[in-house]
Amino acid sequence: MKNKVFNSFDEAVADIPDGASIVTECWGTTGMSQNLIDALVRKGTKNLTLITHNLLPTVLKLEGIPSANLADLLPQLKKIITPVVGIQQLGAGAFVKDYVEKGLEVELTSHGTLASRLYAGAADLGGIYNPVGVGTILEEGKEKRVIDGREYLFEKPIKPDYAFIRGHKADFYGNLVYWGVYRADQPVMAMAAKCTIAEVDEIVELGGIDPEHVVTPGIFVDRIVKVPEDAMGSVKITKAAIGKIGEIDFIRKLLFK
Amino acid sequence: MKEKLDREVVAMRAAKELKDGDCVNLGIGIPNLCANYIPEGVLVETENGALGYGPLVMQDEIELADQHYTDAGGRYWKPIPGMALFDIVTSFIMIRSGRMITILGGLQVAENGDLANWNTGGGALGGTIGGGMDLAVGAKRVIVTLEHTTKSGKPKIVKECTYPLTAKRCTNTVITDLAVIEVTPEGMVLKEVAPGWTAAEVQELTEPKLIIAKDLKEIDLV
Repeated sequence: MKNKVFNSFDEAVADIPDGASIVTECWGTTGMSQNLIDALVRKGTKNLTLITHNLLPTVLKLEGIPSANLADLLPQLKKIITPVVGIQQLGAGAFVKDYVEKGLEVELTSHGTLASRLYAGAADLGGIYNPVGVGTILEEGKEKRVIDGREYLFEKPIKPDYAFIRGHKADFYGNLVYWGVYRADQPVMAMAAKCTIAEVDEIVELGGIDPEHVVTPGIFVDRIVKVPEDAMGSVKITKAAIGKIGEIDFIRKLLFK
Repeated sequence: MKEKLDREVVAMRAAKELKDGDCVNLGIGIPNLCANYIPEGVLVETENGALGYGPLVMQDEIELADQHYTDAGGRYWKPIPGMALFDIVTSFIMIRSGRMITILGGLQVAENGDLANWNTGGGALGGTIGGGMDLAVGAKRVIVTLEHTTKSGKPKIVKECTYPLTAKRCTNTVITDLAVIEVTPEGMVLKEVAPGWTAAEVQELTEPKLIIAKDLKEIDLV
């Protein structure tokens, strides 16, 4: 069996060429592959297409907490496919506005449609007929078809070149389990991409994951890197980050009852 | 000017629509407030992959917050027995397969049930879609909560939406700070009015002609 374990994040992203498409998770910092994103920022790869659920705004950088977020990648992007380009509190389009003026292309989609298009990409389907978006501005430029009396829009599959995945545990074959809502988009992203790179809390021996609990089988995972204890998004650093955001009044009110 | 219901009371009234055994996904705005009033036995779902999760972490117990347990708005919640965790494909199958009730916020609702809740103009970047369109199209019942009028007093319940649509003909029930309205094939039926308000007064602040229910009553939280 080929060794899938890489010793550094830089090595794991070293072959990503300019113009590549990358799919990765982002619900705020939850489930984000911060170390792989950071390595790609360091590498400076250009003209990327990013497929993601949202972009975390840079204003959430916390002093003393190492962190990367998808907004760091904005200067390197040619195109983004996403359902979220802003949040209420910061204004619509707030995350991308400056870059759109400089030529960034934004393809809006609903989140469920994004999931279905990634599934279609993973399963080698030619596309999907989708009831969501009918009668909205998302209709523009899409084939409309009536099936059994209901209107649908044709949506193309998404087959990204790379997926950055944030797992909890991996074994040496690349079998993955996730932790809590970190799972979210990651399993379908791992299946849709041609090359899937996972950063994980722990790498365990074969047998260290109960086969009944495997969520993403190792066939979908090409590279694994362990997140060091003091690295971005580690359990320890994340805990410290939550303490810090609790000190910021507007974020505390946003994220806590 | 007569007093309208405050947002918290609108949320309480909306939560009353739910029954033991229902699964519900709550949108942003007033719907978020409903979380505090969900009846026993109702399971709350969040798009990022949890169903039947526990109460939100309060501002004075931040040490209990765990990054692995957050909702779609990034808010922290507590895990409880009986909850389920799953991936996004499973999550949107739940949402799109008519198994879920959703309570959404709204900018405008039209007479025919059209909903606009994501964009106040300014083109494609004028708003955030998220999972709102999926919920509006796929839920078995769509309850929309909103203020009855804009701050300047213009109706939000309109003949035709002027803001970009979220979905066509998707709204079943509208709950505002003045009224409870059902969307039916015959038109909008006024079922309940806020205490102290008459049907005629509510009609005056509503663009489409309302059908007054025979059993019209005051909004009641019990």
